[in-house]
Amino acid sequence: MRTGEKLPPLEIPITRTLIVAGAIASRDYQDVHHDAELARQKGSPDIFMNILTTNGLVGRYITDHFGPTARLRKVAIRLGAPNYPGDTMVLTGTVEEVDGDTATVRVVGSNGIGRHVTGRVTVTVPSAGAVTVPTGATVPTDTAAPSGGAG
Amino acid sequence: MVSEDEPAARLKEYEGRAAAASGTGKDPVNLPMIRHWCEAMGDTNPAYEGPDAISPPTMLQAWTMGGLSGHTGRSQAYDELLGLLDEAGCTSVVATDCEQEYVRPLRPGDEVTFDTVIESVSDRKTTKLGTGYFVTTRTEVRVGQARHLAGTHRFRILKYAPAGRRPKEPERKEKQPARRGTQPPARRPRPVVNRDNAGFWEGVGRHRLLIQRCAACGTIRFPWLPGCNACGGPDWDTVEASGEGRVYSYVVMHHPPFPAFDPPYAVALIELAEGVRMISNVIGVPCDKVRIGLPVHLEFQSYDDELVLPVFRAREEETV
Repeated sequence: MRTGEKLPPLEIPITRTLIVAGAIASRDYQDVHHDAELARQKGSPDIFMNILTTNGLVGRYITDHFGPTARLRKVAIRLGAPNYPGDTMVLTGTVEEVDGDTATVRVVGSNGIGRHVTGRVTVTVPSAGAVTVPTGATVPTDTAAPSGGAG
Repeated sequence: MVSEDEPAARLKEYEGRAAAASGTGKDPVNLPMIRHWCEAMGDTNPAYEGPDAISPPTMLQAWTMGGLSGHTGRSQAYDELLGLLDEAGCTSVVATDCEQEYVRPLRPGDEVTFDTVIESVSDRKTTKLGTGYFVTTRTEVRVGQARHLAGTHRFRILKYAPAGRRPKEPERKEKQPARRGTQPPARRPRPVVNRDNAGFWEGVGRHRLLIQRCAACGTIRFPWLPGCNACGGPDWDTVEASGEGRVYSYVVMHHPPFPAFDPPYAVALIELAEGVRMISNVIGVPCDKVRIGLPVHLEFQSYDDELVLPVFRAREEETV
């Protein structure tokens, strides 16, 4: 984990199934995410991916790369060009900053019509940094506890 | 200053008010919903499986969603605000921003509660989708009896009136993603030539960049004006700019796109060697390489049969 490191790109085919499955899994029943007819009536050429799915894909992109011990601290995204069925989104990432075991990654997801998403993810990767928690150290209660911790 | 945007003033009164108070998640955090999420996302992270599973952090908002049966705990204020926006013709909604911080992992069995505040309501904005208002809310998601903070969630939506609501498409047809291209290319806006600036545009037509100079005190001025800002003198002549300059300041235009413009592109304030400044485009260099102080020189660019504009090309040795 070093500043400037580029994450391998992740290509995501934007299928109708992915858009609908993502919307329903995130409990978002807005018609523009599953009903093409109603989406067109609202001025959109087709259904399009909801922001919660984009958020989930961005999170997955980061944890896929940094592995199962990685903990997401912050995900901040902005949407631009919508993800319509038939398109492909390519996620790319660059490590912008490293502080101990925590990195900030700039993420961009581009599709056939532009930038679907731009954002920043802060992720902690326990094994990646020099900082270790000494045995018996207490974990502050308002920070994310390791597995089996307070909660 | 009195806002002419009367609805916006009313809408602003909702800033700081609760959008949801003590909302409760419809379901406790649970493995089946986590699994459905992971299936949809193609996420195979083992942290989200098994006895020590946590919820994918990005699922934070999903645990607060109302689903088909609607939201719980949504405030009257928020419903009123959305109602006012509907009345203003802003009946469509699209999410634009989501910023989440994860403080404490959510685990199966956790009961989620949440409070949401209306952080801001923007002035009326014109976007590619249509004109409307950005509404930003901030939600604190808490967990369990002790209501420990699990995470925060800032969410921005655009409530808008669809632009030029397209006539209904003739027939259902499976379409590829929308791409522009069948219409004739849009033309750049024409300059508005009037008595005061006619000399400038006449110069541009001859590929000369002319700066006005006060006949009384000799002060040069740009853009063209009927009188001298220094002495008030009405008489003037011109000097021709050498064409050398530097970027004094700039912005990179990303959004919204306008017809005939292809974002992103740099709009720069160029300080000419003569000392006056003018707005123009910087060409010959990617927009993200434009910098304050970048040396540029004048060129005249033809956009179509009628339109020629002065633009500034980055000096080559500086663009490496």
